[in-house]
Amino acid sequence: MSITLEEVRHVAKLARLDLDETEMLSLQGELNSLLGHFDDIQSVDVSGIEPSSHAVSLQNVWAEDIPGISLSRDRALSNAALSKAGLFLVPAIIED
Amino acid sequence: MITNLTAAELSRQLKDRQLSAIEVAEAFLDRIETTDSNYGAYLLVDRKGALAAAERAQKLIDADASGPLTGVPIAIKDNMSTEGVETTCASKILKGYVPPFDATVVERCKAAGMVMLGKTNLDEFAMGTSTENSAFQLTRNPWDTTRSPGGSSGGSAAAVAAELAPLSLGSDTGGSIRQPAALCGIVGYKPTYGRVSRYGLIAFGSSLDQIGPFARTVEDAALLAETISGHDPLDSTSLAAPPIRPKFDNVNLKGKRVALPKELLADANAPAVTREVEKAIEALRREGVIFEEISLPSIQYGVTTYYIIAPAEASSNLARFDGIRFGPRSEGEGHIGVVERTRAEGFGHEVKSRIMIGTYALSAGYYDAYYLRAQQVRAKMQMEFAEAFHKFDAILSPTSPVTAFKIGELSGDPMALKLLDYCTIPANMGGMPGISLNCGFDDGGLPVGLQLLGAPMEDEKLLEMARGVEQVLRDARRRPPLA
Repeated sequence: MSITLEEVRHVAKLARLDLDETEMLSLQGELNSLLGHFDDIQSVDVSGIEPSSHAVSLQNVWAEDIPGISLSRDRALSNAALSKAGLFLVPAIIED
Repeated sequence: MITNLTAAELSRQLKDRQLSAIEVAEAFLDRIETTDSNYGAYLLVDRKGALAAAERAQKLIDADASGPLTGVPIAIKDNMSTEGVETTCASKILKGYVPPFDATVVERCKAAGMVMLGKTNLDEFAMGTSTENSAFQLTRNPWDTTRSPGGSSGGSAAAVAAELAPLSLGSDTGGSIRQPAALCGIVGYKPTYGRVSRYGLIAFGSSLDQIGPFARTVEDAALLAETISGHDPLDSTSLAAPPIRPKFDNVNLKGKRVALPKELLADANAPAVTREVEKAIEALRREGVIFEEISLPSIQYGVTTYYIIAPAEASSNLARFDGIRFGPRSEGEGHIGVVERTRAEGFGHEVKSRIMIGTYALSAGYYDAYYLRAQQVRAKMQMEFAEAFHKFDAILSPTSPVTAFKIGELSGDPMALKLLDYCTIPANMGGMPGISLNCGFDDGGLPVGLQLLGAPMEDEKLLEMARGVEQVLRDARRRPPLA
């Protein structure tokens, strides 16, 4: 399988990366080279094998729903580029 | 000299009042200040914090309330959260980020009275095998400063090898502890997945990531492993198992059965690596170890499987870096524009490349052919390993197919860099514990690493064996030509 520049553009959009043309072309080359190597697993016989989501088998882990100590609002906001009135400040997402 | 003592020796001398915790901390801090410019192991040195911790440790020692590592310094890879101390993952996207909490491993080290010296360099977000992908600095191999220390935990490995810390923590997603340990001639140990909490480790590939120690001896690595392991309710993948506590009093290699997978002892390895590993096998055979060559055919798909699963998980994990809640924020058009610009300017090339691979492998139309299939191949690999561990106590191989390479030598060849993980990836796929030990040197005097893998949950057994192997192979007189 090989990936077109149009597909690279689409994947970059999905990944929220604003890439310039040079980076797109360089990533297209790298992705195609890697995808070439990835073809080896297409021939592995995996019929009847359940996919593994983890390295060790763990069932659902349950915990009692008990409130604990969590971060204060000030500390949670302490690394934000912009905050106001105890909230993260983001660009407007709803138009007037 | 204080800085070339092992952690166990430091601990003994601290308890016997031959040394004070402050003296020890100062010795390391001074050595870092005068010599780390040669190595670039540390991204940040917390002198003030370290001295305050040393004072607290000395009080514990004075009150006879100390544990085995009280007052012993440690360096932490900069992808583990440290409260009040900048944590960057060697990425511009986290420049200036100061975590409001400690990772569980950091909290446990502090509770044990350990002294954190600083944060070590890594490939950005632990993505790499040479530490050349750090956004901030290069790290150099203490055995030859024109060469790479390996990666991604290159800073933590170089710090211990250059005697800038007696112990350090790294993280291992596909070999990032064991490979740099091999290239720097020290011990690097990745515990069973789930035995050490990942809470506060900035996630890369969540089903593969595991924190573990670097040390100069197996005994030291085990002391640190015991300190950081054990169940943690804050990590849902943490196993309900007790801390890792090997017993070293009666280590005996005689009659141990060790498998040699032919896929890992292939011609692709550098001749000097093959030569030194074969010499080690001979030496161990003389001690009564029984070796048998086996085949684990799925290993050949390890690199592909890894480079689908790890980037897929990374593309999801790294979605949180959007400039809103932490890290610098770039200017852009509207909400999406801000996020897209922040990520484009904040991430380095390798990270973008892996996010792209992962997003592609998870996207509609390709999910079955890549991600799902990779998970099935992983399951197949796990079955092969489980069968091998029915019959064998351990699996032995080189850790890295090559010794330390020149800085820049492989940077133009992404696939060559990725193949460096060939021998280490299977342990992450199978969740099993793995340890790298020095077993010799190539003709240029560069260290060669030997890897032992154990069955999942049998960390104690693996460490006990590694201790036995170390007693046969280690040449403690051989040290890097340090500044």
